[in-house]
Amino acid sequence: MHSEQPNYTQVFLTFARNSLIRDMTFRWDFIIQAVSSLCWMLMNLGFYLLIFQYTKEISGWSKYQFFLFMATTMIINSLVQTFFMPNAAEFSELIRTGGLDFALLKPIDTQFLISFRRVEWASMSNFVFGLGLLSFSLWQLEVMPTWWQVLLFPVFVFCGVLIFYSLMITLAATSIWLGRNQSLYNFWFYITNFSRYPLEIYRGPYGSWLQWFFTFLIPVLVVVNVPARLLAQEMDRQKWGLTAFAVFAAVMSLLASRWIFQSALGSYRSASS
Amino acid sequence: MASSPEVSISPGEAITTWKNWFSTHWTILKICLEERLVYRGDFALGTLMRFLPIVTQIFLWSAVFSTLPSTNQNGEAANIQGYTYHQFVAYYLLTMISRAFSSMPGLASGIAKDIREGAVNKYLIQPIDMMGFLFLNRVAHKLVYYLMAAAPFALVFFLCRDFFSGWPPTETLLLFFLSLIFAFLLGFLIEATIGLIGFWFLEVGSLLFIYMLLNFFFSGHMFPIDMLPGFWRTLVELIPLHYLAYFPAAVFLGQIEGDALYRALFIEACWIIALLFINRIAFYYGVRRYSGYGG
Repeated sequence: MHSEQPNYTQVFLTFARNSLIRDMTFRWDFIIQAVSSLCWMLMNLGFYLLIFQYTKEISGWSKYQFFLFMATTMIINSLVQTFFMPNAAEFSELIRTGGLDFALLKPIDTQFLISFRRVEWASMSNFVFGLGLLSFSLWQLEVMPTWWQVLLFPVFVFCGVLIFYSLMITLAATSIWLGRNQSLYNFWFYITNFSRYPLEIYRGPYGSWLQWFFTFLIPVLVVVNVPARLLAQEMDRQKWGLTAFAVFAAVMSLLASRWIFQSALGSYRSASS
Repeated sequence: MASSPEVSISPGEAITTWKNWFSTHWTILKICLEERLVYRGDFALGTLMRFLPIVTQIFLWSAVFSTLPSTNQNGEAANIQGYTYHQFVAYYLLTMISRAFSSMPGLASGIAKDIREGAVNKYLIQPIDMMGFLFLNRVAHKLVYYLMAAAPFALVFFLCRDFFSGWPPTETLLLFFLSLIFAFLLGFLIEATIGLIGFWFLEVGSLLFIYMLLNFFFSGHMFPIDMLPGFWRTLVELIPLHYLAYFPAAVFLGQIEGDALYRALFIEACWIIALLFINRIAFYYGVRRYSGYGG
């Protein structure tokens, strides 16, 4: 069996293009989706505006520093939602219906195929909003990012996306073993919920335990904290340490999730008849 | 099922009719129970997980309160709009109870789907009132839910008992239960009426989304609505959504007392009656528009 290696970039661009065509076919649906997810963001923002009516800072994060943190959360989450969320949901469906057979037959890496098939362009509205909030917060903080900040921020946003992706693909892969996936979204939501806050808020005996657990075992706490700190706070040795750890965590999560995905595929038994 | 017999009958027959009515509903309830009990492990775990976001709320509010001086100029313990740190946590836990009563997953979208796919036919050709049936069905579902969720709820509240400063007085407790039942009725009527809009628009998905969004923010699920500044607070108190999560919790915590409490309950009762009328009218005219495709 001699076959040519598929051109992954080309395949991905085709997926992206097809998704865009599909989105533009149902234009109103696209607009409604974009607007409604923006409304969620605004409500969230409203909630913290309200909190900052009563306090000046949350665990050392001033109002606009915290908004910068939120903007980073939005940027990372929107990227995950755009590229991976619809695919993970579809994957569980493929397992339940046995449609995964067709993905396995294609002469391309299965994980690549099921991870990138759909792109949900509507979620990019949150990305744009996140960027806007980021710039606004920087302007309010009167911070002009230096060249290394401009360079490193996207790198660590990317690391964060990788960690979230690994977590998602791991959760999706478990539905091969468990057969049902109703709690997939819930699990995802409940775990990533911990990443939405600065890690300094997890204090006290339980807090430090949680901090340890969500930094070293399931590293969701470094996802937003590391890039947000880079822009918003003075960096010291300890913070640089965590930054370096984020790279390590991203690589390790990706490898671990790859391994889990492959072993899960090994125990896949088709459901179709 | 909800309709009473129209012909005049002897007492003996009446008893038989009621026996039949009771056994029918008892069977429905039993089936519902057994259906739900199949996944009891999954269910208990799912219910426990629903409390996880409260963990982050506890830490968040602890961080907020740590920036406030421990007593204010009046010598009271640090509070935001009358809520101390412990009351904040208690508030979030209590809204979980209110929402267990007021949330109606799948009700509106289910009604809209029945309309779209012609499944309303099955109610129209039987001597059953669709809204009455859905209401009883929902009551049964909720009863099963409370039966199953009691243990996880009790566990969480036991673990968090230090956030509560004891039981409120009996009167408050009774009014708290009343407000929960009202929350159930109000939640049912709002969602059912949104579902009925399907007679006119067929697709209510985006409408439901807007409702969900407003509900999440203005029901008090996210924060106690007395935190809102002037204009917003008035606005939120004008629309009935705050009865779905905020109100019962605030009653339990003694945030609303005396005349204000009875007045709020009275307004809520008015909303329920008004919505009941709107619901009946919408159903009456909706069915006349309905063409029963599919079926």
